Amino acid sequence: MTVKRMSYEGVVAVAPVTVPYIRYSHQTAHWWLGKALKALSDATGLRSADIDGYCVSSFDLFPDTAVGLTQHLGLSPRWLDHIPMGGASGVVGLRRAARAVQSGDAEVVGCISADSNHVDAFRNMLTAFSRFSQDASFPYGSGGPNGNFALLTDAYMKTYGAKREDFGKICVAQRENALKFPHALMKKPLTLDQYMSARPIAEPIHLFDCVMPCAGAEGFLVMSEENAKAMNLPYANILSTIERHNAFTEDPIQLRGGWAVDKDDLWSMAGVQPSQAKFLQTYDDYPVISMMQFEDLGFCEKGEAPDFVRDNTLEVGGSFPHNTSGGQLSVGQAGAAGGYLGLTEGLRQITGQALGAQVENCDVGVVAGFGMINFDRGLCSAAAVLGSA
Amino acid sequence: MAKPLSPPKAKNPLLRTRVPANPPGLRSRAATGFSARAAEGILALQYCSACNAVSYPARDICANCWSDDLEWREIDSAGEILASTTLQSSTNVYFRERMPWRIGTIKLAVGAIVLAHLHVDVNTGDTVRVIARTDKSGQGVLMALPTKETPNMADDKAMRELTCDPKYRRVLVTDVRTETGQALTKALLAAGAKKVFLGVADDWKPFPGKAELESLENTEFVPLNVTLDGSVLEASKSIGAKVDILINTAQYVRPGSVMSRNGTVTAKDEMEVNYFGLHRLLQHFGPIMRSRAADGDNSAVAWVNMFSIYALSNWPAYGTASASQAAAYSLAQNARADFMGSGIKLINVLHGPLDDEWHQPLSPPKLTGNKMSGSIVAALQQGIELTFVGDIANDFKDRWREDPGVLERELAHNTHID
Amino acid sequence: MGILQQLGEAIDSGKIRSIDLTHTLDPDFPVLVLPPEFGQCQPFRIEEVSKYDERGPAWYWRNFSCNEHTGTHFDAPIHWVTGRDLPNGSVDTIAPDVFTRPACVLDFSAEASADADFILTADHIKAWESTHGEIPSGSWVLFRTDWSKRNPTDYVNLKDDGAHSPGPDGSAIRYLVEERDAMGLGVETIGTDAGQGHTFDPPYPAHALLHGAGRYGLQCLKNLDQLPATGAFLVCAPLKIKHGSGSPLRVLALVED
Repeated sequence: MTVKRMSYEGVVAVAPVTVPYIRYSHQTAHWWLGKALKALSDATGLRSADIDGYCVSSFDLFPDTAVGLTQHLGLSPRWLDHIPMGGASGVVGLRRAARAVQSGDAEVVGCISADSNHVDAFRNMLTAFSRFSQDASFPYGSGGPNGNFALLTDAYMKTYGAKREDFGKICVAQRENALKFPHALMKKPLTLDQYMSARPIAEPIHLFDCVMPCAGAEGFLVMSEENAKAMNLPYANILSTIERHNAFTEDPIQLRGGWAVDKDDLWSMAGVQPSQAKFLQTYDDYPVISMMQFEDLGFCEKGEAPDFVRDNTLEVGGSFPHNTSGGQLSVGQAGAAGGYLGLTEGLRQITGQALGAQVENCDVGVVAGFGMINFDRGLCSAAAVLGSA
Repeated sequence: MAKPLSPPKAKNPLLRTRVPANPPGLRSRAATGFSARAAEGILALQYCSACNAVSYPARDICANCWSDDLEWREIDSAGEILASTTLQSSTNVYFRERMPWRIGTIKLAVGAIVLAHLHVDVNTGDTVRVIARTDKSGQGVLMALPTKETPNMADDKAMRELTCDPKYRRVLVTDVRTETGQALTKALLAAGAKKVFLGVADDWKPFPGKAELESLENTEFVPLNVTLDGSVLEASKSIGAKVDILINTAQYVRPGSVMSRNGTVTAKDEMEVNYFGLHRLLQHFGPIMRSRAADGDNSAVAWVNMFSIYALSNWPAYGTASASQAAAYSLAQNARADFMGSGIKLINVLHGPLDDEWHQPLSPPKLTGNKMSGSIVAALQQGIELTFVGDIANDFKDRWREDPGVLERELAHNTHID
Repeated sequence: MGILQQLGEAIDSGKIRSIDLTHTLDPDFPVLVLPPEFGQCQPFRIEEVSKYDERGPAWYWRNFSCNEHTGTHFDAPIHWVTGRDLPNGSVDTIAPDVFTRPACVLDFSAEASADADFILTADHIKAWESTHGEIPSGSWVLFRTDWSKRNPTDYVNLKDDGAHSPGPDGSAIRYLVEERDAMGLGVETIGTDAGQGHTFDPPYPAHALLHGAGRYGLQCLKNLDQLPATGAFLVCAPLKIKHGSGSPLRVLALVED
């Protein structure tokens, strides 16, 4: 494979929006996606006819896909994508949309992601999550991701010497960030003592290692830099992106993600070093997976994330600002919108529009995604390096 | 170490009997292939015939070479626990009621990575023996056990969910006139059954062995004639709510093919016992057992049928008997569906000719009551839903699975009919 | 006033009572046991067709099935090989006045109680006649043993060598048929022959000789202890089954106080 990757120069992301999260909603994913479009329209003045591409992610849209949504919401795009990649959906949506805009297949792409959270919706989603989960994972205790991540965490701790306190430090820092973020569902401070004494959910995972399922929506637009400037919208440049699926199939248990395959590509395309990144938004459905991202994206060596955590401060203003809005652990996990949370926050930070704590001199930042525990491991990984205008 | 089971206390009559909940029972068609083998206690994974790669979870296409020629092969049960966890919460009611629950990631010796339930005596890093069984949903699952017997091993909570061990349970043997029925009674008591109800039809008709049965502790005679609806109904009213395991030993077999016989009376007698007997038992005992399938340690767990292997393909020397067995076997398949959702295991024990007066002129091998009862108790202890007893049944099974059409013709051509 | 009219008034006034000599048809009631290689007598079986339910909302009815020789039943001559060629030997062709006849009750309950294998001989019958008078021609002869009062196990009384219950020998049957022209023999036991009747000479004398002579049998009777030795009148019509070898039936005895 010798084809050189094209840069995303001239394509930008704008208008990060969040439809405020709530714990349970009787509304549908259609409703939440529609609210995200309305928020995008309010932020930019663009109407349905002005947006000629859509990229949709949602778990709860069944029996519809993005196709049914066009009629439901009155869209008539010339470019449409549906990305069922859970926590990797945001970055993947961004890179798909960027290429569409770059090639002229679409002029403005609305990337939206949402899920509702009916009472019992989480169980229903797990029951029919994937065929391999259904056949070979869900029958074993039906713990859902808690069970899978408990096993990964157990193996990670034994292999690399991570301690609960290390995970706790990540969670406590994110809560600190979340206290300043208006959309976070978690409003109370979290201490390490509280973290350590929480009830076990699936050892070694305890209560504060888990996200809270909720309802919510996220969105942003991808367009040319020219259009963004003409509309006077703050924008982020896309320095590079990667995605990878089903990496390292030979690993008996997941201690690394697909980022490790592509990280050199990520940094060389972006033309920056990890040390230049002013923030990292990881996909944090459990803190162990954030640690893996520290390693596999190149912020530290494999197996050194526990030390990396011990050596850094992770709050905004610290030595390594991480999940600056509080991440899913403190904001909540709105289904597939959880795959957008880090990206919309990254776009706000890089454009200087943080709703909570703003990272200073924010010229380069990294957003990563991780998704879809198909059986014993997460299959999708993605990352993007964003740069300020 | 597994906590030794203590004899269940009498049920508190003020408490509602718990309604059965089940572990997730949804499976793909390919994974159902795993379940079908697990039901026989066979640990099998898919192997690609083209490239020999092992597949797990079950696939439709080989992930290594994209061949669709995947075949199930029995595998080495050895494995190593790479990671384990104790679930304290679950989205599923069945597991929620049984928390905490241990699961682990296992690397099998054949290379596949699997999730499995864990026996209390195994931990991360241990070498284990992995078994495949059906769970309360009727679908196949894996469980990791210690490689060597540990104290009270069978009493482990997760293990007992997969098995139907007679220990501390109450069992109805529907017909104890037979040698199998009598041997079974003794074997069940030896296996720790709390009580064995002894079904006797026409108790005015004496039978050999009765005096010995009368001398056994923890037994109770129950008038039960499976050919009479009223008798089965009365028995179900009197003991139905106490039966945790029902083993139908009532069989009526007479030599003869259809054209060697005059009329239908004998064939009807065979149907009355073999088919309608099962039918009546299922109608009167089945619903009661189904409602008691989650009643704690006292719960109903298993229904055992004995079928002649000739239920699968007709042996003309016992032609009408084979036909009635085939009908009954088919009814058992119906019953499996009716029991589905309750967690009660339907166990079919397929056997060759028994060593009784109706097979007296046949040459060996023939099955003694002890052999039959040993196999039945083992199936219960291991939680196996389908078992073939003896050389004839196993040979027949292999031939039947290989090519039922050939077997049918072999039986038609090679059977001498008097 | 005609005889039947007088009968009606006597019944109405209670002067004549009907005694039911019939066991309830019950699936649990024992039936004759033959060696297992022979065809077997089917017990009485009942299946509900509907009971004011979805199978029939306003009505209750059942199917029943049984052998012709189940429960209290009637034996026709063609039941036995000795009577196979006799004219009018099946239940549907027997002249109806056979079913309404006087009955004598020979009480040998004490003897049967003392000996389950008690054998009724011609001498026993003659001894009875010396007390009660000669058995009138065309009468039913009812052999009282009180066997009907036994529990099912003792009633059938099966041992390793077969059943043990009282019955007649050849001399008794020949006497009844040839000397007394009896219409038939009624018994409380499961068959007209003794439990060990297969060892007699001839085997099964009651079946062989009675039916060979075109006479009839009644089995599994009860309440014989409520009948006078003489003077009772039997009403015992079997079902009119085409070419029937016998039939369950209701046996009534009219007695005069």
